[in-house]
Amino acid sequence: MAEFCMPSLGADMEAGTVYDWRVQPGDPVKRGDVIASVETDKGVIDVEIFEDGVVEQILVEAGTSVPVGAVLALISGEEEAPAPLPSRTQDQAQGRLVAAMAEAVVAEEVRPLEPRPPGLPGRIEVAPTHNGRRLKVSPAARKRAAELGVDLSAIRGTGPGEAVTLEDVERAAATAAKPVHAKAEGQHIRVSPVARRVAEEMGIDLGAVEGTGPRGAISRADVQRVAAGRSAIGEKEVKAAPEAPASVQPPSRTQVDFQAGMRRAIAAAMSRSNRDIPHYYLETHIDMSHVLKWLEAENLKRPIKDRILPAVLLIKAVARALGDVPELNAYWLDDQLQIQEAIHIGFAIALRQGGLVTPAIHHADLKGLDELMAALRDLITRTRSGGLRSSELTDATITVTNLGDIGVEKVYGVIYPPQVALVGFGKVREQVWVENSMMGIRPVVTATLAGDHRATDGRRGGQFLDALNKYLQDVTL
Amino acid sequence: MSVNTISDEQIKATIFDVLGGIAPEADFDALDPNEDLRATLDIDSFDFLNFLIGLNEVLGVEIPEADYGQLVSLNDLVNYLSARV
Repeated sequence: MAEFCMPSLGADMEAGTVYDWRVQPGDPVKRGDVIASVETDKGVIDVEIFEDGVVEQILVEAGTSVPVGAVLALISGEEEAPAPLPSRTQDQAQGRLVAAMAEAVVAEEVRPLEPRPPGLPGRIEVAPTHNGRRLKVSPAARKRAAELGVDLSAIRGTGPGEAVTLEDVERAAATAAKPVHAKAEGQHIRVSPVARRVAEEMGIDLGAVEGTGPRGAISRADVQRVAAGRSAIGEKEVKAAPEAPASVQPPSRTQVDFQAGMRRAIAAAMSRSNRDIPHYYLETHIDMSHVLKWLEAENLKRPIKDRILPAVLLIKAVARALGDVPELNAYWLDDQLQIQEAIHIGFAIALRQGGLVTPAIHHADLKGLDELMAALRDLITRTRSGGLRSSELTDATITVTNLGDIGVEKVYGVIYPPQVALVGFGKVREQVWVENSMMGIRPVVTATLAGDHRATDGRRGGQFLDALNKYLQDVTL
Repeated sequence: MSVNTISDEQIKATIFDVLGGIAPEADFDALDPNEDLRATLDIDSFDFLNFLIGLNEVLGVEIPEADYGQLVSLNDLVNYLSARV
């Protein structure tokens, strides 16, 4: 019997809320299957299982918050089950978890990647509905539907295979919500799952709560405010105030909560980095004229949807350079450098509402440019719409951050522990460039390396930047 | 596509429609048509590529990378597109 535990999805994660279960007792599961999703400071993350077996028992209901390492379900193995996943928050345990996750995704990654059209959800799941019809729903759509109180089975999907997309849910909610102000008898009250649970616990009537979320959805903060008001000033004061018109949406409370959580997560990781990691910084200027010329010609041949972004060239070159200097593709754990064989590049993706996530592009060294572009597109889309997998959040072996879009010249990165390096890119600018005693104008990028001085020294870092430069002169990238 | 089948207003509406999917919080009414669209709406290069893909799907205009530099403001975009749809 193996235990399926609340995973640590970041060095700083202490607890997570089971968002939903994708399996029931009796269901067979295989390594790499997503069997549950977990709500964390970084959003709702799909969690994979790392052994084959059968779900014996689900111990933690959806909507329940438990600490990292708590047993969520019991899995009976069909063969000699591997040891239960380590589940401490310490680095060592996390390292093993990371290794297990990295192992688990190898099989998944050799399958050809299917590029997805933009704006579509990253993953479509299939779930039975009450009337027996199979309903395809994207995770983001499912989450939104839960928040808005929309019945998914009543929606006609417009996505691939008639899958219900986020837009479909929003549209259905908008249609249903014409009289936004009135919470008439029998009308759906839009409420987040967490808020519903809190309301139940506190004995709050949801009909009396003014929702401040999108389209009047009730968030946990709304419930708590009502609860606080009731205890402070008595129940008669607690009345739904006139609501703002739907077109003027105040910042959603759940979003504020989410941002606060994400800031805390970033704060914890970065404080730890600054406290524990003696950073050294190196920078070099790289002539981008050859690869950019090549890329422009290549993109000209392609339809617009198949174009490759320059960031992909940078990621590819970093992956190749790490092949030359593997010491930077590593973790610092147990007071020693642990070089990682697989190259999983964490790519910093800023969220529109603030904060960032650095999900991993798995096996970046083994992917071609088209595959990398597809992987990047897929990751960015899922980062912004929900549906990242647990392995993607935990097993990056190095981080790349590209701030060139907003005109930054160079980046002094803060390493994400237990990684030992971060590569930063600034804006590609036209600069005066002297080569072979000839002066010219070239597009130039400043690449920086932040290195962990416990793990490597400046010389290794210098070799890495030199290799990076070499691969960015190579148009056969 | 024949000439003048799509008005500038329709192009603008299309632009807002596609942008709305990328920057849902944007207030297009408050947008100065001459300011830098990407900076104002915080559109990164990935968003921008998706924006152009979206425009391409609706309007059928392929914008080569070499022309990106001409497309700074809303007015730039409308003028560029109306000359090509």
